[in-house]
Amino acid sequence: MGNDIFEITVNSVKLIVVFLLMVQAVPILVWLERRGSAFIQNRFGPNRVGPLGLLQLLADAVKFITKEDFAPDRAIRKLFYAAPVFALIPATLAYAAIPMSLPFIVPAFEMFGSTWGPYKFLVQGYEIGVGIVFILGVSSLAAYTILMAGWGSGSKFSLLGALRASAQVISYELALGLSIVGVILLYGTFSLSEMIQAQQGPLQFVAFGHTVTSAVSWIPNWGIFYQPIGFVLFFAAAFAESNRLPFDLAEGEAELVAGFHTEYGGFKMLMFFIGEYGHMMIASGLATTFFFGGYGIPGITPAELQQVILGWGFSEAAAGGLNSLIHFLSYNVKFAIFLWIFIQVRWTLPRFRYDQLMDLGWKTMLPWALANTVVTAVAIYVVTL
Amino acid sequence: MSTMPLGGIIFLTIFIAIFGTFLIFLARAIGGQRKNNSAIKRDIYECGIPGQDKKESKISVKFYLTAILFILFDIEIIFMYPWALSFRDFITSGAGTPVLISMGIFVAIFVYGLWWEVKSRALEWD
Repeated sequence: MGNDIFEITVNSVKLIVVFLLMVQAVPILVWLERRGSAFIQNRFGPNRVGPLGLLQLLADAVKFITKEDFAPDRAIRKLFYAAPVFALIPATLAYAAIPMSLPFIVPAFEMFGSTWGPYKFLVQGYEIGVGIVFILGVSSLAAYTILMAGWGSGSKFSLLGALRASAQVISYELALGLSIVGVILLYGTFSLSEMIQAQQGPLQFVAFGHTVTSAVSWIPNWGIFYQPIGFVLFFAAAFAESNRLPFDLAEGEAELVAGFHTEYGGFKMLMFFIGEYGHMMIASGLATTFFFGGYGIPGITPAELQQVILGWGFSEAAAGGLNSLIHFLSYNVKFAIFLWIFIQVRWTLPRFRYDQLMDLGWKTMLPWALANTVVTAVAIYVVTL
Repeated sequence: MSTMPLGGIIFLTIFIAIFGTFLIFLARAIGGQRKNNSAIKRDIYECGIPGQDKKESKISVKFYLTAILFILFDIEIIFMYPWALSFRDFITSGAGTPVLISMGIFVAIFVYGLWWEVKSRALEWD
């Protein structure tokens, strides 16, 4: 985590900040979802508590925490209480591995009579060399929390909902995992920051020994231009992974009351919510990183932007910090667009039937992802030869 | 770069576990228990009739089948990851053709497996 006490402290605080960023994004997303659904359905939504209903979240939190703590008699209490806590872990661990901006460089400085630094702090929880494998592995642990909740509740609705949810999650994990193989073939790396670096600059690739550059300089070198089918498959599978409509069979209220969290209420319910929204955030962050250049800004590379900021008369360190901040905003704009797509799709499409859902995953998306992989590999082979 | 920041991962896991446990206990302390604590209230949710235990409900064997098939296919997909990672290096070092052909054979087995699975109606939900 670091070489001296200062670096270790900053990195530990950074991990907590990433976690809190994720947690505090949830009420905002809930508000956005409620306002957005109201907008889509031509009604008002929450608009009484605070300006535009923004304080509704605070009121909700107060309501949640004053709710009676309830566990049914038939529940296995250890599992019942542990499940919501465990629901937070996979989402956060995976989210902390996604790079959100350029590294923040702190020059050497004097403190307590000794020299500290220079330091390089990454704007992400931690850098992992095998980023993709880690994120896939950790986020699929969410199936265990679903099963813990379903089995621990002791209710048959919960158990059926949990089984459905875990069967759905593992089925779509195949299509998800296979759609990423094309991405790995394209960049030749598991590391997310190396992928983002490969997507900087204008559209440019090597074909038959010639370097082809697009005539329009602001078209970025994003993965979406090389892997459009991979992107569609990845994003569709991500909806199923995070149990969102049109794939929210796990909690189809017409059939299963509320799925695996039928017996949950109050704060425990809220923690499952944070986990679900966390998975949406991971999916949005990964889609941004794989296919839309991560924190990169179209038309300008980080080095060029650094020169522009230096031209405004900032010092080297301040310009680096500002550069980092601008790229952080760029990442968040892309991230927010994907989260909005998640919300809009939820309020636009109806729910699948369960056999249709499984057919889509196994018989449609899996073969398409496989075909995408084969075509990508052959194309790379032919073009590079 | 091949780094694995185990310290950070363990720190974050422990932090979230403590944070979540704290929230559960906080909600328990503030929410408390109501006076009405009858057996009917503490029963599980059922649509208006006495609660049925989960042991009394039957579970379709299809879920187990899906899980088994998932493990088989997931392992096959995981085998593609290191291949995809080093495919470009193989091409530049001149070994692209045998590597592509061997993966072609692997994919053919994969496709045959999927076709067989569909044909034997292992994926039908009726």
